[in-house]
Amino acid sequence: MSQINRLSQGGRIDRSQPLSFSFNGQNYQGYAGDTLAAALLANGVDVVGRSFKYSRPRGIVAAGAEEPNAVLQIGSTEAAQIPNVRATQQALYAGLVASSVNGWPSVNTDLMGILGKVGGGMMPPGFYYKTFMYPQNLWLTYEKYIRKAAGLGRAPKENDPDSYDYMNQHCDVLVVGGGAAGLAAALAAGRSGARVILADEQEEFGGSLLSTRETLDGKPASDWAAKAIAELEKMTEVTLLPRATVNGYHDHNFLTIHQRLTDHLGEVAPMGQVRQRMHRVRAKRVVLATGAHERPLVYANNDVPGNMLADAVSTYVRRYGVAPGRQLVLSTTNDYAYRVVLDWLDAGQQVVAVADARSNPRGAWVEEARKRGVRILTGSAVVEARGSKRVNAARICAIDLKNHTVASPGEVLDCDLIVSSGGYSPVVHLASHLGGKPTWQEDILAFVPGEGLQKRLCAGAVNGIFALGASLADGFEAGATAAAEAGFKQVAGSLPKVEKRHEEPAVALFQVPHDKSTARAPKQFVDLQNDVTAAGIELATREGFESVEHVKRYTALGFGTDQGKLGNINGLAIAARSLGISIPEMGTTMFRPNYTPVTFGALAGRNCGPLFEAKRYTAMQAWHLQNGAEFEDVGQWKRPWYFPKAGEDLHAAVARECLAVRNAVGILDASTLGKIDIQGPDAREFLNRVYTNAWTKLDVGKARYGLMCKEDGMVFDDGVTACLADNHFLMTTTTGGAARVLEWLEIYHQTEWPELKVYFTSVTDHWATMTLSGPNSRKLLAEVTDIDLDKDAFPFMTWKEGKVGGVPARVFRISFTGELSYEVNIQADYALAVWEKIIAAGKKHGLTPYGTETMHVLRAEKGFIIVGQDTDGSVTPDDLGMGWCVGRSKPFSWIGWRGMNREDCLKENRKQLVGLKPVDPNKVLPEGAQLVFDPKQSIPMTMVGHVTSSYMSSALNYSLAMALVKGGLKRIGERVFAPLVDGSVIEAEIVSPVFYDPKGDRQNV
Amino acid sequence: MLHIFCPHCGELRSEEEFHAAGQAHIPRPLDPNACTDEEWGEYIFFRDNPRGIHHELWIHAAGCRQYFNVTRHTVTYEILETYKIGEKPGVTEASLAAKKAVAQGVTA
Repeated sequence: MSQINRLSQGGRIDRSQPLSFSFNGQNYQGYAGDTLAAALLANGVDVVGRSFKYSRPRGIVAAGAEEPNAVLQIGSTEAAQIPNVRATQQALYAGLVASSVNGWPSVNTDLMGILGKVGGGMMPPGFYYKTFMYPQNLWLTYEKYIRKAAGLGRAPKENDPDSYDYMNQHCDVLVVGGGAAGLAAALAAGRSGARVILADEQEEFGGSLLSTRETLDGKPASDWAAKAIAELEKMTEVTLLPRATVNGYHDHNFLTIHQRLTDHLGEVAPMGQVRQRMHRVRAKRVVLATGAHERPLVYANNDVPGNMLADAVSTYVRRYGVAPGRQLVLSTTNDYAYRVVLDWLDAGQQVVAVADARSNPRGAWVEEARKRGVRILTGSAVVEARGSKRVNAARICAIDLKNHTVASPGEVLDCDLIVSSGGYSPVVHLASHLGGKPTWQEDILAFVPGEGLQKRLCAGAVNGIFALGASLADGFEAGATAAAEAGFKQVAGSLPKVEKRHEEPAVALFQVPHDKSTARAPKQFVDLQNDVTAAGIELATREGFESVEHVKRYTALGFGTDQGKLGNINGLAIAARSLGISIPEMGTTMFRPNYTPVTFGALAGRNCGPLFEAKRYTAMQAWHLQNGAEFEDVGQWKRPWYFPKAGEDLHAAVARECLAVRNAVGILDASTLGKIDIQGPDAREFLNRVYTNAWTKLDVGKARYGLMCKEDGMVFDDGVTACLADNHFLMTTTTGGAARVLEWLEIYHQTEWPELKVYFTSVTDHWATMTLSGPNSRKLLAEVTDIDLDKDAFPFMTWKEGKVGGVPARVFRISFTGELSYEVNIQADYALAVWEKIIAAGKKHGLTPYGTETMHVLRAEKGFIIVGQDTDGSVTPDDLGMGWCVGRSKPFSWIGWRGMNREDCLKENRKQLVGLKPVDPNKVLPEGAQLVFDPKQSIPMTMVGHVTSSYMSSALNYSLAMALVKGGLKRIGERVFAPLVDGSVIEAEIVSPVFYDPKGDRQNV
Repeated sequence: MLHIFCPHCGELRSEEEFHAAGQAHIPRPLDPNACTDEEWGEYIFFRDNPRGIHHELWIHAAGCRQYFNVTRHTVTYEILETYKIGEKPGVTEASLAAKKAVAQGVTA
């Protein structure tokens, strides 16, 4: 099929560059410069989809972002699938593959359509809720089919082959919209020297200037647009962003712009190019020149393909050289819409009639149409469209605007295209994103942007200024003002001359009356994308939904990707009339970002795949990889979890690693522990205030374990802190808590005790830590260090400075395994070499690398807690049986002391940390399992605590666990039960949490 | 995304660099042990949730790591001032009300 609707001349397309594409499996041809919608219309494609709820055939209505029906799926391969593409916004490229998103088996023979036809009247708003409510458990089944029947496209199932990115920008003036007002604003601001960004969502700058029949300085308006763009391109401080939709207006003049860099070239970006970019712009001033959308009239069967917006048809004729029909009928309330009549005649097509709702229109364009022999029926409107898959006639009746009734039987005129115009709705979306309420302006019958706190100006049609000359002047002034407010001197400039003509005001008409009641008349659609009818809105108000937000939610008016672009005002007007109130009393709904759909790719930018989150590696990462470590994520850190040998699973590897530490020696990479360097004359006093225990008497050279609580008395971190000098300490924190603890120290120092002279510096990354643990650790370390390791010279809980592997080191004799242990701290840059030296020297001592899992088992055998695993923000030191770590007589009321002395914290029956020894030594309690005292009680059982840590101990040959149990410390020797999901019950004895070497002999050798 | 003036760095920076740390101007009682459980509970658990002016504590976490105060309007998200710890806010609900009263010709 050739391009039957293509005009032989005119338009901004390149007829020398034909492009082939396919739609629903059929091949077509268009031209470079077409949008997909223009090319479909050129080929006479009437039906582009089936409607959301009633499955009625739908065709293209608009020419821009407001298109409700032609929302298509694009992509020739699974990976390149793009849902939600408006055909009116997609540039045609060679090989484009598009399809409708609903309609089964095809849009032309749709089975659901039968349901829509016969059941149409039976599907009022709330139909799904009311009908599929019972039985409730079947809703999931219903929903599956309802979703399949509805749907607006689908996401790809394969990985996106494209890359996306962000760009952070700052500018003096951001101009949104490159139409008449926007170009004028950008010129005014740009000439002043301000840094300007001009963003426009279309393929070309110019907006309506590209298709209007009006002239500027006596030449086509597009000539002036081209000149303006050429001037802007030469300005070094001006950035032009075409194909860039400003989607969100966020706090403090922060706006997000979605730019489609290569979508006009193909479904996948050319090699090496970014497909889409998100500009994150902080603008000193914003000029919103977002224009206006023509508002369709609401009449019976106004959704049949061949019902279009007046302005859109002008655009197709003049910009794309496409006449989407032959015989046109216009139904209008205003002068502007007469332009389509003149354009249609210029294109050599037939105008059947114009129905003007006004009684005696005499505007210049009206007279011009009259002069050219157009039949104008005044005081009339199209009441009903006829046809099923394409309009074949229009019924025009005289209407009584005041009483909202049909005043004559009217006549039925054959035609294949009905265009309507009920006026223009300013695109107030962006102006309203931050809550600015639009205000009703009666003279133009539209909402305009209301007061906004942001530093923004609105210009042109969005202000309700629809005449070209006034719009240009408004834009120019807004641009100059914005630049001046941003600190730039205004530069005088002249504006092009516009033809003067007589214009007359529009009349208010939203829903056209019908001889039948709204409920009985053929469907009159308000929101085509969500299938909301006038009858549906009336029903909603009858059922008591009086607030505009409730009407919206009950009917789905303005939902989803549409955001009420075409239907919002008509819907409000119908609801207001139904309730007997005015439109401003009704008010508008909220507008939210995004203005049009944004791809997930653009939102993610580069933050996906391996770059999704920053990863932190220790200095020994290369060695861990070479030695087959399995890794565990701890915060952003990648920590070796265990080092499996061939054929070993986690359990076998951990059992081997545990025994190696208990019987010989193991090495752990402990570099990820948080390390905070604390200096200053008041460092010691500060520690006294933030730790639960006392630090006054800790000598230089010694180290001590400390607990940290919040003001409520609950444990929130722990670690060992060493005294390096009288005014110098090194604090260690949990791996996950390092940043949190540093902020904690800072907030108390900066806000509560600024008089204390103390400074905190994170040194986590500066030092790498390797822990040697096990009975052979002293012998091994002695081979690589000059430090005297004699047990009296270097006792438990002290530290020494010296060389390890020839490199300066701090060695701490502390232990998290209960074995003789040394923590060797090396400057990170040298750590890998030292680690390798220790590994080499360790061969004859049975040195075994171990990971975090083994570390967890070994510490649990000793009853050492892990904050965040055995505690959960509701556990005091006393609950943990760590009362020995509480400085009850410290003079300063340290953080946590008052909190842990609240009445509730002193109760005897609190949950307390105990050990659990399953009666069956082979059964490992699941971590998190709830505990009960009586497993035979009826459900719901009284739960008395839960398992916090649980492992199989290879050293002890039985399973063991730690748990928080109500009054647990007084219940040693009693039994608890863990009823599991599978119905089985594990019985365990409450014991001391210290299972291994309770006297601590092994670490004091 | 808020644009916050760090009074230590002397620059407007993006919200991404900051963390909010709750309501400002809640001094730790000098003698916690003298507080009743109720007073202590009030100090650690209870915060205002005003519609309007709110004084907040923020930290320039990815910048100078300093805490400072922000006077923010909780409806419009407008930041009316930022000031260092130890300083008093210049804009309060009372000062705004007084301004408004003067504008309407009311004097004390």
